[in-house]
Formats: sequence, C-alpha cells, structure tokens
Amino acid sequence: MVDNIAYPVQLIQPDGRRVLRPDYTSLVRDIGTQQLRSLYEDLVVTRRMDVEATALQRQGEMGLWAPMLGQEAAQVGSARALRPDDYAFITYREHAVAYCRGVDPAVMAHMWRGCAHSAWDPHEVNVTNPAIVVGSQGLHATGYAIGAHLDGAEIATIAYFGDGAISQGDIAEALGFSMSFNAPVVFFCQNNHWAISEPVHLQSPAPIAQRAAGYGMPAVRVDGNDVLAVLAVTRQATQRVREGGGPIFIEAITYRMGPHTTSDDPTRYRSAAETEAWKARDPIDRVRRLLDREGQLDETFLAHIQDASDRVAARLRSGTIDAPDPAPLDLFDNVYSADHPLIDEEREQYAAYLAGFKDAEEAEAFGRNEEATEEALS
Amino acid sequence: MTTTKMSLGAALGAGLRRALDRDRKVVIMGEDVGRLGGVFRVTDTLQKDFGDNRVIDTPLAESGIIGTAFGMALRGYRPVCEIQFDGFVYPAFDQIVAQVAKIHYRTRGRVTVPITIRIPYGGGIGAVEHHSESPEAYFAHTAGLRVVSPSNPADAFHMIQQSVAANDPVVFFEPKRRYWDTGEFDPDAEPDLPLHRARVVHEGVDATIVAYGSVVATALSAAEIAADEGHSLEVIDLRSLAPIDFDTIEDSVRKTGRLVVTHEAPKFLGLGAEIAATISERCFYQLDAPILRVGGFDVPYPPARLELHHLPDADRLLDAVDRSLAA
Repeated sequence: MVDNIAYPVQLIQPDGRRVLRPDYTSLVRDIGTQQLRSLYEDLVVTRRMDVEATALQRQGEMGLWAPMLGQEAAQVGSARALRPDDYAFITYREHAVAYCRGVDPAVMAHMWRGCAHSAWDPHEVNVTNPAIVVGSQGLHATGYAIGAHLDGAEIATIAYFGDGAISQGDIAEALGFSMSFNAPVVFFCQNNHWAISEPVHLQSPAPIAQRAAGYGMPAVRVDGNDVLAVLAVTRQATQRVREGGGPIFIEAITYRMGPHTTSDDPTRYRSAAETEAWKARDPIDRVRRLLDREGQLDETFLAHIQDASDRVAARLRSGTIDAPDPAPLDLFDNVYSADHPLIDEEREQYAAYLAGFKDAEEAEAFGRNEEATEEALS
Repeated sequence: MTTTKMSLGAALGAGLRRALDRDRKVVIMGEDVGRLGGVFRVTDTLQKDFGDNRVIDTPLAESGIIGTAFGMALRGYRPVCEIQFDGFVYPAFDQIVAQVAKIHYRTRGRVTVPITIRIPYGGGIGAVEHHSESPEAYFAHTAGLRVVSPSNPADAFHMIQQSVAANDPVVFFEPKRRYWDTGEFDPDAEPDLPLHRARVVHEGVDATIVAYGSVVATALSAAEIAADEGHSLEVIDLRSLAPIDFDTIEDSVRKTGRLVVTHEAPKFLGLGAEIAATISERCFYQLDAPILRVGGFDVPYPPARLELHHLPDADRLLDAVDRSLAA
C-alpha cells in the first residue's frame, strides 16, 4: 500500500539533475521553463517572507514566529497542486501554503503580532486559520471533506500536519473516519524530523507512511525538498480523491532547518552536523541548479525574483508594524453570534470603568487649565 | 390547539424530526444513532425516514464525532452530535472547548459552527460507572458555548429545535432519568420562551428553589410537600445553564427573600456557586437568609447502590428550605 518506502519519489536531485521517473514526470508534463521559474519564485519569496518575519520577531515587532526554513518545497509544491475550490487545513507553520492560496502576508502577521487570533476569512481563500493544537485539523478536514462529498462537490480537501501530530489521537481518528466515509481528503504529513525537541523516531519507530496501511489507505513517500516531486504526488492524490477514490496519505520527507519557533533553541537537542547534512539538500538550491543546468537563470529573471521578494517582505513588514492594536472593547466581540446577557453586561461595565479614567483625565486636564488661568490672571 | 402526550425522550425525537424536515443541512451523527435509534431510542426511525446521509452512524470516537462535525459545519452543515453518555464526553473535550467554542471568536465572527451536542446526563437509573455524571459546569465555564437542559417533554421538543436553529454551538444536556416521564403539549404551538430564559414553574412567596434538568421534578415535589406543611415555595426551572437568566431569579428572590439552589453535580464550583454569588451581589439587601446549595457530594459518582444518598431528593431540599426559613 505504500509506494517507495526506501526510495521516496524524487524528480530533481540535490545537484540539480533530473530523475527519470516516467510514472511521476507524466504528472508534471506541463511544467516547462516558465512554470518552473514560477515555482522557483514562490520558493524564494516565501523564504524571504520567513526571514523577514524572524527578523521582525527579533526586533520586537512580533510576539512569536514559527519559521518554515527548509520546508518551502513541501509547502509550495503541494499548495500549487491545489485548485481554487479545493480546501486546505493548515497549522501555524504553513506560511507558504497560505501565501500560495492568496493570503496577504500583511494579514498573516496579525496573529503573530498579537492583534488577532487570525485575521483572514478562511472561506475567501479556501484555507483555514492556522491550527495551534496539532492534529485537531485532521478531523476538521475530514468533516469538511464528508460535507463536500455529501454536496456532490468534486473538490479535494487537504490536511497539513507534522510528524509530531501523528502521535495525536485526532489524526488516528481522522484516518479512521475518512476511510469509513470515503472522504475526499488528502493527509499531507510534513515529516520535518523534529517536534520541538523530540526526534521523529520518538513519534514512530516505523516509517510514518506505513500507518496508513492499517486503515486500508494508500500512501506515498516523497522527497519533501523536491518541489517538482511534491507537486506530482499531490496532483496525483488530489485527482484521486476528486474522482471518488477515497483518502490518501502523503509523507513528505523534509527538515526544519530553523528552530520550532523563535522561542526555541535547537542547539540544545540536535547536532550542527545533522543540520549541515540537510543544508546540502536545500529545496531552493536544487531548483536553481536545475534552472542553471538548463540555461534558464538569466540576469533579468534573477532581478525579477529579487524585486518580488523585496515587495513581499516590505508588505509583511509594513503589515506588521502598521497593524493597529484592537480597541479594548473588541475583547467582547464575537464570543457569540447572538446577544448574550453575561457578555453584554461585562462589556457595559468595562466600558463604564474605562470611561471613568477618561473622565478623570478630563477633570485633571480641566484642573490644570484652571490653575493656569488663575496663574495667568494673578 | 391539539395537544399530544409524549415522553421526554420521544419529544426530543419529534423535535429532531422537525429540525431534519425544516433544513436539509441538519445532520444527526453519533454512535448507534442510526438503525438502533440511539441507546435511549431518541433518534428512533429517523435514519429509516431521512437516510444514512442525514442520520449518520459514526465510528466509536468522541473526538472524531465532534471534530468531523466541526469540519461539516465549516462546509455549511448543522450537525447534531450525540454523545452516548455523560462520562464519554471527555475524549471530545478538547474539540468542544478548544475548537468548537472558540472558532467564532478566533475568526472575528467570520465563521459560525452551529453544532448541537446532545449529552444524556445524570444518575438515578442504576447504571455502571461513567454513565451517570453531571459535567455541565465544565462547559458552562467555557466562553463561546451555550449550555441548556430541558426538564419536561414540552421544553425538550422546543429547546432541541431552538438549539439546532441557533448559530452558536449548544451543549444540550438531557436528563436521562426523565426520558420516560410524559407530558402534554401542542407540537404546533410556538415555543413560549427564547432558549436563554428561565421559567417559574411553581409560584410561591416564602422561598425560591432554583433547579434544572433532572432535579426540577424533585424541586416540584418538595414544593408540594412544603405546601402541605404550610410553606409556599417558588420553583424556577433554569433551562439555560449558560447564559443564566439571573433576572428571573432576582425577581423571585426580591419577592421571597430566600434562595436554595439544587443540582445533581457536585456542589464545589458547581452552577449553584455561581448563582449564589451573583444573586448575593444583586439582592444583598433583599436576602433574609444565606443562599444555600443542595448538590451531589464532592465525590466521584458513586456505585448505583449508593446513588440515592448522593442525588438531592425532596427531603434534603426541604431540610435546606427549613434552614433558610429558620435564619
């Protein structure tokens, strides 16, 4: 049931040479030079976004950021396989997925700055707000897919999660429910090897993709640092679920080059040698080498990429710094969709309390004016 | 007006049937809700009449039931989930309090998940462990959820429909030892109260008893006994546990000056504590006695042979009323 346990699907080698895999190259036959350049642009732009956000956090403009450094190909490749009406359920690290779905980087920043739990309308871009409790979104994706199935909609739903989340009961339940109802859902596990400080072998002594077999679900392993291979297997998977073939599991083998979040210190739990080894498999380098080998890396193109990265980074920066703090009474909004006496009472009381300060300030300001007037007259 | 006599369980089923009829986006899901009609038969015949795409038997996984219902709600459905017994809801607790309750706030109002979570709750039926609990305070404590509990067939019929129609998630506690109690009501009449309002079910002037769900009947029998003894008790059926209709309680306490709150759940940090605190704030100068609580003891739900000692009965309620009147 699991394709390529020992040799995950790969279409571009780390040195930029193509791999001859007719079964998978046929799925990306339309990816010519222009399309490959476009994928490369997304990889570079999303890495730049990530670096900019990390800098913003270090400068105190964001409370936290979860870097995706190293996982660009897994995210861009899978997200670019989706159609506009497909629906993606993501976690806090899927910045590139959100970007490829059309989420404004300026809006993405609000959650990390602390202005809102999330700021975009999931139904506008068909991508959910980031799940923080890992694994919970696997069930949500399954339920959404069941609903789509009942509606007769020929769409794919994709659930993103990491290697840590496979230990959560919700992912196990999602795999079970999706098979019971033949739900059109793709489970996309980014095995980035680390769940904060816990190595993947602590979550699973066996290859993660093998778990799907226990549910009767087909699975495929793919080189998650190979954007073309990820695009191919995700296209195959979404096609399968859209056609009613039932759920499918993808394990994208990748590596989190940075910390879990900006609060984490990976030097405490992993070796520099390990990180260096993965650096040699960088998802961006290999596409650049491929383009170079094929003579497509001209100055004009590189300048265009630089320009696009600068624009997105600037947008993220201004979106973060300019994000207005919510008003104090926003605290009470949207707890319920209809009136609620307790919330209404608390809002009213807190508004009166705040107004008391305003009155005091005005009184104080008035007092100062009086004194100034008296002084001026004396 | 044509009234019909029905048990509370059958009234819930009739209300669910109306909800399924009214809106094709309403789906019922849970363990054994289909061919069996639920272990209490509340959903009896619904799958036969509406099909297995509307009344869905799920795998045995509570987090899975609520988590997939959440996803279906994102897709525009109105799932009604059955949790088979009170003590089985805990595996779903994370999905209910961390996801269902918070998504409206998290998305700043852009997403609503109109999910109704039905939980048969409480003891008194001689069941084994995990089948008799009263976990309502956990959910009432969680912002974003509405929590309700009917005490009679008429309310059960209307409140389940009101819950399904509400755009906020509702945790719906069904008093399982009252499933077989019957009552008459007109199924074609409009409900006389909105979902969040309490009701005075017995008028009186000497003291007020606040109860909900399974112990409303207990409170009413206490009021009858008290009447024989010359005391006039007012009984309020809370109906909504979150939010709580404090105005109705306040009006009553301003009249009687005395309040006893009762529930099956353990007393410590239960709903009675919240009601006592709030009514103390609102009615400090009208109270003639401290507010008293009669609850389950602060122990795990006991074996069935001990439950009649654990559950508040009319005598324990009247004992509290006597202490209140003596103050």
